[in-house]
Amino acid sequence: MTIPVEGFMYPNEVELQWSVLIVLYPFITGLVAGAFILASLERVFRVQAVKPTYRLALLTALSFLLVAPLPLQLHLGHPERSFEMYLTPHRSSAMAMFGFVYLWYLMAVLLLEIWLDYRRDIVLKSQSATGLVRFVYRVLTLGSDNISERSLWIDERLGYFITLVGIPSAFLLHGYVGFIFGSVKANPWWSSPLMPIVFIFSAMVSGIAAVMLLYMISTRLRRRAIDIRCLDKIAQYLLYTFVIDFSLEMLDLLQRIYEADESFRSLDFMVHTRLWKSQVIVQILLGTVTPIALLGLTQILKLTDAARKRIYALAGSLTVIGIFAMRWNVVIGGQLFSKSFLGYTTYKMSFATREGLLTAIVLMILPFLILWVLVKLLPPWPDADSLSVSSATPAHGTS
Amino acid sequence: MEITRRHLLLLLPSAAVAWKYVLAGTPESAPNYKLTEHWWGMLIDIPKCIGCGSCVRACAQENEVPDGYFRTWVERYHVADWKIEKPEVESPDGGKQGFPPNEESGGKNFFVPKLCNHCADSPCTQVCPVGATFVTPDGVVLVDKKYCLGCRYCVQACPYGCRFINPKTNTAEKCTLCYHRITKGLTTACCEVCPTGARQLADLKNPKDPIHEFLRTHTVQVLKPHMATGAKVFYNGMDGSVR
Amino acid sequence: MFKDIEHLIRLALVMAIAVVAFIFVRAAVIPRSFGQYGHYRGDAIAEVAARPIAFAGHQVCEGCHTEVVDQKKLGKHVVVPCEACHGALSNHAEDPASVTPPKLDTAVVCARCHEANSAKPKTFPQVVTADHSGGIACDTCHQPHKPGIESSDKKVAEGKK
Repeated sequence: MTIPVEGFMYPNEVELQWSVLIVLYPFITGLVAGAFILASLERVFRVQAVKPTYRLALLTALSFLLVAPLPLQLHLGHPERSFEMYLTPHRSSAMAMFGFVYLWYLMAVLLLEIWLDYRRDIVLKSQSATGLVRFVYRVLTLGSDNISERSLWIDERLGYFITLVGIPSAFLLHGYVGFIFGSVKANPWWSSPLMPIVFIFSAMVSGIAAVMLLYMISTRLRRRAIDIRCLDKIAQYLLYTFVIDFSLEMLDLLQRIYEADESFRSLDFMVHTRLWKSQVIVQILLGTVTPIALLGLTQILKLTDAARKRIYALAGSLTVIGIFAMRWNVVIGGQLFSKSFLGYTTYKMSFATREGLLTAIVLMILPFLILWVLVKLLPPWPDADSLSVSSATPAHGTS
Repeated sequence: MEITRRHLLLLLPSAAVAWKYVLAGTPESAPNYKLTEHWWGMLIDIPKCIGCGSCVRACAQENEVPDGYFRTWVERYHVADWKIEKPEVESPDGGKQGFPPNEESGGKNFFVPKLCNHCADSPCTQVCPVGATFVTPDGVVLVDKKYCLGCRYCVQACPYGCRFINPKTNTAEKCTLCYHRITKGLTTACCEVCPTGARQLADLKNPKDPIHEFLRTHTVQVLKPHMATGAKVFYNGMDGSVR
Repeated sequence: MFKDIEHLIRLALVMAIAVVAFIFVRAAVIPRSFGQYGHYRGDAIAEVAARPIAFAGHQVCEGCHTEVVDQKKLGKHVVVPCEACHGALSNHAEDPASVTPPKLDTAVVCARCHEANSAKPKTFPQVVTADHSGGIACDTCHQPHKPGIESSDKKVAEGKK
């Protein structure tokens, strides 16, 4: 298919290199990092109000983390060679760090923290469950069924330490993606020292909003009462993080407009034409300014619980859409203009191909399926409809 | 065994090549190539380029470059008066079939051939996650197509737009400075066919290479010097409007 | 005390086994020549250099076609390499008898260089073929290896037009 080009592009630049799948990857790892930060709010910073979402946040992070490598594998020209990143990682390449940072975060942080927090429930279930599921629990116990007070206390202390280490690890998991873009001097839309920081803060925003939405949806599905204090607290943190994120992005924009260097005219034109809908309308107006205004309203006005819940749901949804738009504008936007600053190309997204829209949709649904399985296996709810004999509160909550 | 005319016909070409090196005083260059004795670059003389596209066609033939992708290409510039920041540029099919005649008489018009600059501090090799693209000891940036993952990071990192993904091999590809030719004492395909001598291979480590004198006596530039890539393709007579 | 951290010791053991397994797999799978010259497979250099050659190079052509060399020496095309017009012919150079280079269509080949274009250097000989020859093949009047036309020849050429 011929790709419409406006002005002049170097002949090899016309076709985009990184597709919607590469938009998905930072979005997904952003959700992971953000969900984890929300969980750590309670564990490390002792924000008691958000405790009901602790385990849900961890399971959400895990569901998305398991899906995260898939868009990358589907995008590679030779996915069968991806193990080379473990064999011969090129130390000067930020992308080479992916394998190790991902593995570290998965094994040494997330899985370990979940295992330590759930271990008591796992051991109990390995004794009470039947069928195939029992075998799964038995494997998860690693053969040890010691759930004495002392061992649980050791778990709790170790878990605290893991969360502490996990916070910078989560920043690294998503920050290095920002550096992958921010360190490309050839591309002025990406090249910026602010990039990793903007990525991290927008990740936190998306992760917090996603867990908030999931908490609201899952509580509604289980026909339970929502802990409104918890929601209020989450929304508050969402607002603070959002304000910082928005300030950083606006700072970058203002500086670019003021300095108006050679690349600026080309980028400015691109934002006003090809990126108008996705950047100005979706990302900025609908996805940032509106949620901030809505959340700000809940802080200023005295609204009923029902009204606040509706506003949180709306703000949360708009936020998640807005942060996806931000990833789109960074990845796709960075490839729409020519490095000669003399022309623009178009992104022709296919539908049912390896890197098409259908694949992206399936990849976005997959984490929710995984989350559903995880929730069945390791219920995060602190009440009696769980499978275990005792109530499944987070292990560290009982001390 | 009788030496027939056919034998002579076969011997003559290789003898001709080897003789050239004997005359140049470096007979060992043809068969025994030592990596550390060379530091390759290229000289492009813009006032000489006629935009015939022979280089683009020759490269495509020599290296089996797929249609629609370019290891080298030619751009035509039209600069209206003082507007050097806003040139009008075109490169129909990379200049492969030459350029259609045009009406413009005002302003400045010229051709600029482009290719991989074989940067000494190459940003594309810096970002490769596995070491599939690299700078050889003799200064040529190559891609190991058996090792490349096809992640496309190098394509993003090249400021000059000279890399692409070959749709047949799904690996990164670009100008190799005809490495398979220059290591045998030949010149690159594009330099070989250039009818005006606008493109010339240069061995910067060879004291007898004419490029040293040329660089001393002409005004030359590299593309995008602010990127500090250590580019080794030198452009003589390049206008400030060239992007 | 030991009993209370038994589960952690089991976990540490699993991780240690995984790390050791990785080290062994890596040693077995990593390409031998990797790191020979730098962070890449050293063998790749020779692999790239082993590509077959398509253009023989004008010295090779000149080795056999000496009469063409003499003819070219008399005209402006002395600097034009053979394969610029004739295309890649290393297969002909290797086995001249079995590979015959095709005859060129001068209307196409000559126009690529000599069709008038404002971006071509002003000193370069260029014509608008429609005005210059009315579209007839260039080799009707010009001999490509010695393209210049003497004044006496010019009258003959004009007659042919």
